Amino acid sequence: MDGIDTAVAIAAGTMRAGTPLVLAALGELITEKSGVLNLGIEGMMLVGAVSGFIVTVLTGSVYLGVCAAIIAGMLMSLIFGVLTLSMMTNQVASGLALTIFGVGLSAFMGINYVGTPIAGLKPIAIPVLSDVPVIGPVLFNQDLLVYASYLLFFAIAWFLYRTRWGLILRAVGETHDAAHAIGHPVILIRYLAVMFGGAMAGLSGAYLSLVYTPQWAENMSAGRGWIALALVVFATWRPGRVLLGAYLFGGITILSLHVQALGYNVSSHLIATLPYLATIVVLVIISRDITKIKLNAPASLGRPFHPTL
Amino acid sequence: MRLKLEPRPVASKWMGYASPLIAAGLTVIAAFILFGALGKNPLLALYTFAIQPLTSLYGLAELAIKATPLVLCALGLSVGFRGNVWNIGAEGQLTVGAICGGGVALWAFGNEGWWLLPAMIVAGALGGMAYGAIPAVLKNRFNANEILTSLMLTYVSIQFLGYLVTGPWRDPEGFNFPQTRLFDTEYGSLPILLEGTRLHAGVFLAVAAVIVIWVLMSRTFTGFQIEVGGQAPHAAAYAGYSQKRVVLLSFLIGGGLAGLAGLSEVAGSIGQLQPVISPGYGFAAIIVAFLGRLHPLGVLFASLLMSLMYIGGESLQMNLNLPLAVTGVFQGLLLFFVLGSDVLIRYRITLGSGRREAQV
Repeated sequence: MDGIDTAVAIAAGTMRAGTPLVLAALGELITEKSGVLNLGIEGMMLVGAVSGFIVTVLTGSVYLGVCAAIIAGMLMSLIFGVLTLSMMTNQVASGLALTIFGVGLSAFMGINYVGTPIAGLKPIAIPVLSDVPVIGPVLFNQDLLVYASYLLFFAIAWFLYRTRWGLILRAVGETHDAAHAIGHPVILIRYLAVMFGGAMAGLSGAYLSLVYTPQWAENMSAGRGWIALALVVFATWRPGRVLLGAYLFGGITILSLHVQALGYNVSSHLIATLPYLATIVVLVIISRDITKIKLNAPASLGRPFHPTL
Repeated sequence: MRLKLEPRPVASKWMGYASPLIAAGLTVIAAFILFGALGKNPLLALYTFAIQPLTSLYGLAELAIKATPLVLCALGLSVGFRGNVWNIGAEGQLTVGAICGGGVALWAFGNEGWWLLPAMIVAGALGGMAYGAIPAVLKNRFNANEILTSLMLTYVSIQFLGYLVTGPWRDPEGFNFPQTRLFDTEYGSLPILLEGTRLHAGVFLAVAAVIVIWVLMSRTFTGFQIEVGGQAPHAAAYAGYSQKRVVLLSFLIGGGLAGLAGLSEVAGSIGQLQPVISPGYGFAAIIVAFLGRLHPLGVLFASLLMSLMYIGGESLQMNLNLPLAVTGVFQGLLLFFVLGSDVLIRYRITLGSGRREAQV
């Protein structure tokens, strides 16, 4: 019986550890589907996390905090949008700049909030569903943001493949010249996609600072923004696989915590390297098949668009 | 009427020199506004940040000390960026260089000799090169994105350093502090150049690297191949230049120089291994490389500016009680402004009517 309880605890923890990755990676998926590569997720997450935290402390409302994080992430992505879409700067360099700026800005904003305690979001059990053995406590006894991540996943998958606007978004990402020629506003669509990615990264940051570990610490995202970026590649730009990949990584994080709890005498520093090493290994396995990557990556990814007409 | 960007027929050479200056100027304006918003006298704050550190010999020496790792890392990165190879892991390669160089010093404990410092330098450079080679090989062999792999390896190396200094390499007489023994001051450290300052011989490594990279990029066929590979990949392929070789070479150069930077930090300023050996030099070097227009001399000047931002931040903290994180904000802003003003090299701003004109 004990074994099952532990397994359920690990699985429920996996869902929580995977949620920030799901949110950030799904946002980046939309951005990349429109043909824009934003390497600034880590920076947007951090600014989202600190903004959400500050607003929660000031207003006492976690929900306002979550809204603030979303807005902050969106504003950050807007900087990136103006640079890459209106001023046609290099997307790789601008994304790096966004991360460097976000790391600095969040540390600066949060300087007086390190160590401030808050009450984070608490789990809400969904009646009936949460009583189902094993699946119930794992999937349906979580906090609101985890439920939001389920809904967002279905909404995004439906939007991308079942709606006219999803089709237009993908068209812009594949061949922006053709999309422009038949009259779609390429730059506007890319702005919206970039801002959606920013909002999701901000939400993901809020999950870290308001739910996962309800506190603010400098650089608390610890590379999750980059892992989310890698996840989009692993998933070969498909939402379902993004979800799987995110929970896989959540699982690795949680399992490495349990290794120590079980009393194995391994350095916590060495255990902390596991998610990063796993990212490299999976990235290598997926990228090995060049044709598969080329077939699935949006064809205009990273290419600036300057209308000639 | 609205502002429009119009492509220039030829890239403006003049703007190439002016854009870093515009960017620096915009950063100063932003700093002015930020200081004002924080309730400090902007002029006094700006003086404390950018001028006061340079008014003493000690301050000038600090400027050179902090510029050293920045020059080394940024030179290596600029070679890669020219070849369209995105090494983001200089911080990790720096860390591994420090581990390898420092490891030699610890291994030699009790048997030091004149050979120790040269051996440490070689070990630091080789360590950085080997660590840099990993993303290059993964890219060439398995097509793995080098941005992601080099960055992941940075996190790994920092954790590994933490493991070493809290575990096997911890100073047995160090009261359980997470740090190693001090390196031998006679044979295992870079000599101090100026009495009364901390200026050490690491600056020579930086100056030598500027010259070597300048020769490589502007006077050798290899440099030309890297350049073509970055600017016109199809032409490079047509000419039979191997892009894989460019990737490997860029990472070896970038890793080796970053490794030297790490070695120079631990053998020069710090004198031992500890959990944190760099305040993000490897990441700041990305900004330096762009600010310096990916040119060795430009990188040298840009490193001095970035170094001033680090000591200026410390000066603000000491004198005006402003948080050290201000430096990070300015660094990010500076890079935004550099990228933004670089647009003026290829485009010019015109006043156009909001509508598209009909084509005849």
